[in-house]
Amino acid sequence: MFAAAVAIIAVASAAVFVSHIWWLPPDISALGLRIDSQITETMIFTGTLFVAAQLALAMFVWQSAGRTSAIRIFPGGPIPMVVLATVIVGLEVLTLLFIGTKVWANIFLAPIPANALHIDVQAGQFAFYFRYAGPDGKFGVPHPELIDEGNSNFFGLDPKNDTAARDDIVSASLVVPVDQPVLLTMHSKDVGHSLFIPQLRLQQDFVPGLVIPVQFTATGIRKTEIVCTQLCGLGHYNMRAYFEVLSKADYAKWLQDQAGQ
Amino acid sequence: MQMKIVAGVVACALATMALKPATHKPAVNRVAGGTVAGKVTFTGTAPRMKPIDMAKEPSCAKQHATPVMNESVVTGAGNTLGDVVVYISAGAAPSTPPGTAATFEQKGCQYLPHVLALEAGQKLEVKNDDQTSHNIHPMSKLNPEWNKSQPPGAPPIEVVYSKPEFIPVKCNVHPWMHGYFAVLNTSHSAVTPADGSYSLSGLPPGKYTVTAWQERFGTQSQEVTITGNETAKLDFVLKATEY
Repeated sequence: MFAAAVAIIAVASAAVFVSHIWWLPPDISALGLRIDSQITETMIFTGTLFVAAQLALAMFVWQSAGRTSAIRIFPGGPIPMVVLATVIVGLEVLTLLFIGTKVWANIFLAPIPANALHIDVQAGQFAFYFRYAGPDGKFGVPHPELIDEGNSNFFGLDPKNDTAARDDIVSASLVVPVDQPVLLTMHSKDVGHSLFIPQLRLQQDFVPGLVIPVQFTATGIRKTEIVCTQLCGLGHYNMRAYFEVLSKADYAKWLQDQAGQ
Repeated sequence: MQMKIVAGVVACALATMALKPATHKPAVNRVAGGTVAGKVTFTGTAPRMKPIDMAKEPSCAKQHATPVMNESVVTGAGNTLGDVVVYISAGAAPSTPPGTAATFEQKGCQYLPHVLALEAGQKLEVKNDDQTSHNIHPMSKLNPEWNKSQPPGAPPIEVVYSKPEFIPVKCNVHPWMHGYFAVLNTSHSAVTPADGSYSLSGLPPGKYTVTAWQERFGTQSQEVTITGNETAKLDFVLKATEY
């Protein structure tokens, strides 16, 4: 009975993954294909071992059921068994790490394209704000002590003395043109947050005190949601923003509208 | 017996309704006396107010057909200034705070009014009319500071400030929300509409200091003498700073 239950649970759990009942939303990122194939590889690798281990367990339970005589033990006793298991699992993890690092490095260590659109991202309790350089192409220098949210100065800009800051565009939505490499420089105003855009296969934490560069290229026109995926306080559930990929023409129009405000 | 209770409840309800001011204008002293009235304007260039992007809170965003503008500087035709608190800062006899509560509403992820003038010792009610949780955080320095969450449908938060102070208020969930409690030690106060006009009435004869306060442009005081039932004209011109 127990053996059958273990076998059924193992096969049913694997079936959920194999059939993609709960799967990621369609990918709209230039790098998404590599991430997806990495996820698939990992799933096949770990899934096979999981099912094999569970079936083996079920088989042993079934064979040993009702037996009164001494059961055969692993050659050499429990210590070699634990060592062998650790080595097998360790090799598995190392292999996955080795394969996965190549994909990771392609995203995080790749040179940033010269034509990348630079967007400065600030997370704070409990909203994201996105800053574009404006018509002059230059960002104003942020001064945390000048942050004044009630007066819409979310980044602590100093337009009085810093002319580059005067035309900076600050948006509560992340809007990008399609097929355009984008560089995000991510920083936090207060605590740890996380930016998660499943359609881009992009999830990156904000770490207070660090400016973290992240790049992506969106390949499909879409409007979706960004949510904070790092518990950041009372309003965490409500920390979200829109992510919008526009055609090049629509993006130019959007940027012009923002600059005029 | 039951009828009596019902009648009592109805009477109480009616009395409460009668006492409640129909608008959120500050209470005006209705006794006879002089009046100080005028306009608040500014010189220089006022900062450009930006629209507020409420996209992250759809239940609020859909309440506004056009984007809400930042309200830290409200201007009208002819360089008039709105949301300026004009009040008697010296010379008035001490007054007892009114029994009615001052109301500060959260509606469409905005504070209504943006600047609320009330008297020290007067009850203040903070209401949430939105379908979302707010977190009211008045950043007082002289009065005890507090910071409370108010989910949709929660009863009003009641508080009494005992010391005069201009208290900036923010919402910890919606960073753009911004307002002020102007806690004054006088009943003679007004918050200007966009046309910059104000009127303080019911002033017994005497010498008064009248102060105008604007959150970005600071304060300005002038003196005025009231001799009878006349209306003294007193205009304020605040200096605007663009950034």
